[in-house]
Amino acid sequence: MSKLRSVCTTTLSLVLAAASTASAQGTVKVGVLHSLTGTMAISEITVANAAQLAIDEINAAGGVMGRKIVVVKEDGASDWPTFATKAEKLLTQDKVATVFGGWTSASRKSMLPVFEKNGGLLFYPVQFEGNECSPNIIYTGAQPNQQALPALEWALGKGYKKIFLLGSDYVYPRTANLILKKHIAAKKATLSGEEYVALGGTEFSSVINKIKAAKPDVIINTLNGDSNVSFFKQYQAAGYKASTLPVISFSIAEQEAQAIGTGLLNGQYATWNYFQSLPNPANRKFVAAYQKKYGKDAAITDPMAHAYMDVYLWKAAVEKAKSFDPMAVRKAIVGISMDSPLGKITVAPNGSLTQAVYTGISGAGGQFRVVAQSKGVVKPEPYDKLAFPGKTCP
Amino acid sequence: MDFTFISGQLFTGLSVASILLLAALGLALSFGLMRVINMAHGEFLMVGGYLTYLAAQWAGPTLGDAWLWAAFPLAFLGAALLGAVMEFTVIRRLYGRPLDTLLATFGISLILQQAARQLFGSTGVPVTAPAWLGGAWQLGDVTLPFVRLFVIVLAAVVLAGMWWLLNRSRFGMHVRAVNQNREMAAALGVNTRSLDMLVFALGAGIAGVAGVGLALIAPVNPTVGAAYIVNAFLVVVVGGVGSVLGGAVAAVLLGFVTALAEGFTSVSLAQAILLVLVVAFLQWKPRGLIPTKSRALEEA
Repeated sequence: MSKLRSVCTTTLSLVLAAASTASAQGTVKVGVLHSLTGTMAISEITVANAAQLAIDEINAAGGVMGRKIVVVKEDGASDWPTFATKAEKLLTQDKVATVFGGWTSASRKSMLPVFEKNGGLLFYPVQFEGNECSPNIIYTGAQPNQQALPALEWALGKGYKKIFLLGSDYVYPRTANLILKKHIAAKKATLSGEEYVALGGTEFSSVINKIKAAKPDVIINTLNGDSNVSFFKQYQAAGYKASTLPVISFSIAEQEAQAIGTGLLNGQYATWNYFQSLPNPANRKFVAAYQKKYGKDAAITDPMAHAYMDVYLWKAAVEKAKSFDPMAVRKAIVGISMDSPLGKITVAPNGSLTQAVYTGISGAGGQFRVVAQSKGVVKPEPYDKLAFPGKTCP
Repeated sequence: MDFTFISGQLFTGLSVASILLLAALGLALSFGLMRVINMAHGEFLMVGGYLTYLAAQWAGPTLGDAWLWAAFPLAFLGAALLGAVMEFTVIRRLYGRPLDTLLATFGISLILQQAARQLFGSTGVPVTAPAWLGGAWQLGDVTLPFVRLFVIVLAAVVLAGMWWLLNRSRFGMHVRAVNQNREMAAALGVNTRSLDMLVFALGAGIAGVAGVGLALIAPVNPTVGAAYIVNAFLVVVVGGVGSVLGGAVAAVLLGFVTALAEGFTSVSLAQAILLVLVVAFLQWKPRGLIPTKSRALEEA
């Protein structure tokens, strides 16, 4: 009996030893750090799924420089200090080559010092307010000049001269609107009002009455989450519709549109770098692969497309650098260009993307039809020249 | 600041007041009369919202736009049943231990939120008001959406019903008797145990009905209850704990103060102004607008 046990133990330890040698030679670890629980889970789980899909595809095609990618998945739990703790764990204990993650600006700002201290590299997939530029973060979502400002340009081009700014009361809407106000003034358009409602707020009676008194031509909406449901219900009840007073939103993508209900959102606009309906071949392939794995009705959004592409960008940079070292990858990634689901993108020296901007109109099933797009691609500007003069990336 | 804007804000005040009142009326029973600090009260509103969604799903195809009338009894009974179960299993074991009740009900609120997430997903469900509530009444330049008017009428009807029940029915007499002197009422033959359960269930049921109204203008999702709970407590405390009439007056007052503060400053500043005014008011009148004299309250 004891002999049998010792044989088993020996065999087991041999197998384990073989397995661990294999993993040291044939794999590379990366971290995926998103909120899988809590209030942000609804948005972030699908972004983590998109990153996972790209990793699975790369592994199936032979990995990165001959090594299979092993994912260490961590839950930021919609809690900003937890993002910092988990990032620290990924970098120091798991020694991952890079991390894909984050959604809210608060989570990013809490992770930033961890990545700078440990010399790590973070791919951040969501549009944000700019005014930040760390050498340890690849900001692939839209900078303000790749979403907010093109939307303003488009509105002015349509002849909408009186603009009402409505947002949730936190850092992104306040900063985005600070930039927009400078540009509204510079373009000699009129700011007809500006209001902020607490995150999760449900009462828009006063806001709508102020809109009625201000008689704007268009509303630029940076409300986040469920407040959009309340706003559009009450906006419609007050007799407004897209044809009489259009709303351009920066936080409503296909998934949010499905949740709000297309009846409420029909004909309203959103501006992003990506829509599920984009007809390019890379996107068709991405949409088909995602829906095959996560359900045929799964909605696909701009941050998901960015997260999916981020993994391919990292792979390309690793292969160009011939190294998994984060700082070598950061150096090599500049100038890399690819045909992604978003169309043609290139990484600029400041670590953000040169990418196209689309304005879409909401229709059936939460899908958007592109009605306008930027002339070619737009270079990323983390620091708006009017709002933050003199500030540049290090 | 023209006349139209000010009339619009006055209507906003009434509209906000009706929502505050709906959120607070059930709480006026459980917190006001029974002194139970029920942190899960917002979840009864949420349950009412989800039952409204289910009513629209089940009754919509057969009844058409009349599904809304099926939503009221469904939401009332569903929430009341949940309230009765909660009282029987948890609350009744914690009477006279306010801190424990607060923690236990907070735990229940988290459980209910998670349950909603498991059953319906975290995105929330769409509830669209029936078409006959879609229009608006144009009074000069002021637009009065039907759905807002409906919520105002609903709040008034629920208030009147509660007033009648508490002040004109035998049940209400027993409730008031127990509230004034529990031992004496028990000695005179009132079954205080089952009365406690009934009052708590009634408070929950009223919150369920309020949930129907709120679903028409706000989202239905797992965390929506949290958006109302603070304001509901505010109304009950300002009105005077134990007084339904005080709660009604407080809701109207807070509604108008909110609307004027939002109208003349900014929406983000208004909530802060409101809270400062409430704190100042409670310094002046710690027992609220209409204080209730009751032995039960003095002991607490």
